[in-house]
Amino acid sequence: MRHVARTAKYASLVLASVVVLVPLVVVLFASLKTREEYSTSGPLTPPRNWFNVDNFVTAWSEGHMLRGFLNTTLILVVSLVGTVAVGTLAAYAINRFRFPFKRLILGLFLVAALVPGVTTQVATYQIVKSMGLVNTPWSAVVLFMGTDIISIYIFLQFMQSIPPSLDQAAMIDGASRFTIYRKVILPLMKPAIATVVIIKGIAIYNEFYIPFLYMRSPDLNVISTALFRFKGPYGAQWETIAACTMIVIIPTVVIFLLLQRFIYNGVTAGATK
Amino acid sequence: MAGRVSGPPRRRLRHSPWLYVAPALILLITFTYVPVGNMLFYSFHKWDGLDVTMDPAGLDNYVRVFTDERYWRVFLISLYYFIASFAQIAIALYFAVILSFNTRFRNLFKGILFFPYLLNGVAVGFVFLYLFQPDGTLDTVLRLIGLGEHTRLWLGDPDIANLSLAGTSVWRFTGLNFVLFLGAIQSIPGEIYEAAEIDGANRWHQFRHIIAPGIRRIISLSFILAISGSLAVFEIPFIMTGGANGTRTFVVQAYETAFQFRQIGLASAMAVVLLLIVLVMTWVQRRLLPDEEVNLS
Repeated sequence: MRHVARTAKYASLVLASVVVLVPLVVVLFASLKTREEYSTSGPLTPPRNWFNVDNFVTAWSEGHMLRGFLNTTLILVVSLVGTVAVGTLAAYAINRFRFPFKRLILGLFLVAALVPGVTTQVATYQIVKSMGLVNTPWSAVVLFMGTDIISIYIFLQFMQSIPPSLDQAAMIDGASRFTIYRKVILPLMKPAIATVVIIKGIAIYNEFYIPFLYMRSPDLNVISTALFRFKGPYGAQWETIAACTMIVIIPTVVIFLLLQRFIYNGVTAGATK
Repeated sequence: MAGRVSGPPRRRLRHSPWLYVAPALILLITFTYVPVGNMLFYSFHKWDGLDVTMDPAGLDNYVRVFTDERYWRVFLISLYYFIASFAQIAIALYFAVILSFNTRFRNLFKGILFFPYLLNGVAVGFVFLYLFQPDGTLDTVLRLIGLGEHTRLWLGDPDIANLSLAGTSVWRFTGLNFVLFLGAIQSIPGEIYEAAEIDGANRWHQFRHIIAPGIRRIISLSFILAISGSLAVFEIPFIMTGGANGTRTFVVQAYETAFQFRQIGLASAMAVVLLLIVLVMTWVQRRLLPDEEVNLS
């Protein structure tokens, strides 16, 4: 009986792994095949030459993936720095200062967390348009910074674990509020910052709706929109589209292998708040 | 803790708490509260998004959302994704439970099951477009295992396209539920299992009396999130079918109404309805599952 249960358990795990991996592996196969090989072989047939990177070269240059990665990186870095700065400053003030309407402000942040961003895009678009930001990378940056309530939530929760005696000691030594923020609070916030950078970084790398809606110009393609728009002209050339898809997936694989533990923790922290 | 500020006026201004909160607050109001307010206003008007004047339309937009088949049908499409999320939660729970016991290659399996959640949505869309192609991977696998007569136009047949898309969604999001459940199970102290084992509890007893109560909260939370999640489906149908063959979801429809047909008022009414549903769901959740006291200030 024990034996049967054990076998069933491993069989189900292997089956699930196959279901997860096969769709990805066949795309990898396709991406390494030549045009002629692709049309004559089945999807489950491995490529003849595992080092045939021609499709990757075509996808990389014709899909302007370099530009996509540069745009994504730029938006990612600016939005993350912005989110961390804005979020930690606000969390510091809300947690440590006493000022009028503090509870109201806190309430505004908490209620906003319930509003799914996707529902308000109709009206948000008009605002971003009136600011003249449509078709600039700033549209994505301000939206990534502005619609992120979970980060503030994570920072606020983390602030509670930093003992106030630390900043009081610094204050007695004559440090200003801002010095305390920069020299005491910010270094101690590192674990929370790492969490926010990871979950937010993954979300921005994968975001499709905002860049698709706000940055129509091909010069502003991020990797999601570059991949999406690549399919138009290459509609039937699946070996090239497969290569372009792999180009987008590979960085995620690398980051996941390097940062596994942090990603699990970050995702758990981000989703259950 | 005291926030009393003294000193010369310049110094006071520089250290005013408002300066610290202002950037976050301005962003919050500009990109969340103003849009919600505007959206309510638009929803009672007929507007193309460009005109300087808006025509008042009373409740016309709302009436249309609930009476025109093109608009209320999208709610039914959400049901596919909602029902699929039950399968998703069940699969995630099963694997979280078995991986919480001693298992060989535990981290490898955990990584594989979780990994799809991290992938770019457009890439996932293309991976499954390729999988569902006529004579593609799925058809080939079916033939290989002797089910060749069951091949279909997985995305072209309106009877089955939504199932294919909902299946894609399960593939993509199961990993998130799985990791959340696994985390909750592992936060149950190990001594409890040991004590139970000494008392002669078998695996089923352990699941029934230790694990199930320990993760009840996160499971209920997952169900509530599944409701709003299934209403907010956008990427998978938009990328894979563009909403064709009866796969238009709520957000795809709202997107087209607003940005292709320029009916901002109507699209806003749809968004308001969606927002209300989500808020009601959240309220229900809070009533059913009173939070452990959350206090952030």
